[in-house]
Amino acid sequence: MRHELCTAETFAPLIPHKARDYHVRIVLPATETAVRRGLASLKQSLAPFQYSRDELGALEIVLAETLNNIVEHAYANGPAGNIEICLNHASDGLWCTVIDDGAMMPDGEVPLGRRAKLNCEVKDLPEGGFGWFLIRELAHDLVYERREDRNYLCFRIAIGELHEPRRDQ
Amino acid sequence: MKLTHQDFNGVRVACVEENRIDAACAIQFKDEMRAISDTGPERIVLDLGRVEFLDSSGLGAVVAALKAVRNGQSLELAALHPTVKRVFHLTRMDTVFTIHDSVVIALEGIADAS
Repeated sequence: MRHELCTAETFAPLIPHKARDYHVRIVLPATETAVRRGLASLKQSLAPFQYSRDELGALEIVLAETLNNIVEHAYANGPAGNIEICLNHASDGLWCTVIDDGAMMPDGEVPLGRRAKLNCEVKDLPEGGFGWFLIRELAHDLVYERREDRNYLCFRIAIGELHEPRRDQ
Repeated sequence: MKLTHQDFNGVRVACVEENRIDAACAIQFKDEMRAISDTGPERIVLDLGRVEFLDSSGLGAVVAALKAVRNGQSLELAALHPTVKRVFHLTRMDTVFTIHDSVVIALEGIADAS
């Protein structure tokens, strides 16, 4: 299991530059309980950035869905490995990179995550399939890259005091 | 995952005594809710006042609990925290469930209707 510290050189080339640096980085084993602890620890580590409770809520939803997918799918058929999470506070939000050594995403692409159809009988309501939909609703600039048997997923959560580039007029 | 419940005049209020319903406890939640609705009256109110976070597995488990109620029995939700409310809203599950601002309001609702 490779888990060297990520640097600009080891990141996959599609990952945006803003996501290559980080203020907070953790590595956790891919289990449901470790994900729960990891999320709590990440939120604590972000305290200096003074995100609001709602902002941290949005971040937690996206990270929880991303990490649970890795536990349930990427490492489904094999020994559970590790998950590395790097968070970078920038002027346009919090850039998040999540790295794992599990299986590739289906067809090498991020699932579309369509909104579940609810105009049906109660007995036919979906009990799953909300994860990617929630990620796509709350995350921006989603990039996925498979490189040397590793998955790199990167996205931006538009939280914190955003500094828009100034426009004329 | 700990759930407690209390009955008031034909309403059973089930309270989640944990601060999250997530992948690590969703199945347990589903099983415990099943036991609560199986032996409960016609109306079940799920008090989520202590639940600060719910992920898609947790949402799926709440939907499963709705699907598990008997014919003629209802499952309503009360006291959703903002992040929990957001998950229900984004997925539009807030259109499937009756959601009350608080347990007190949920219980008053039946008093008004009678």
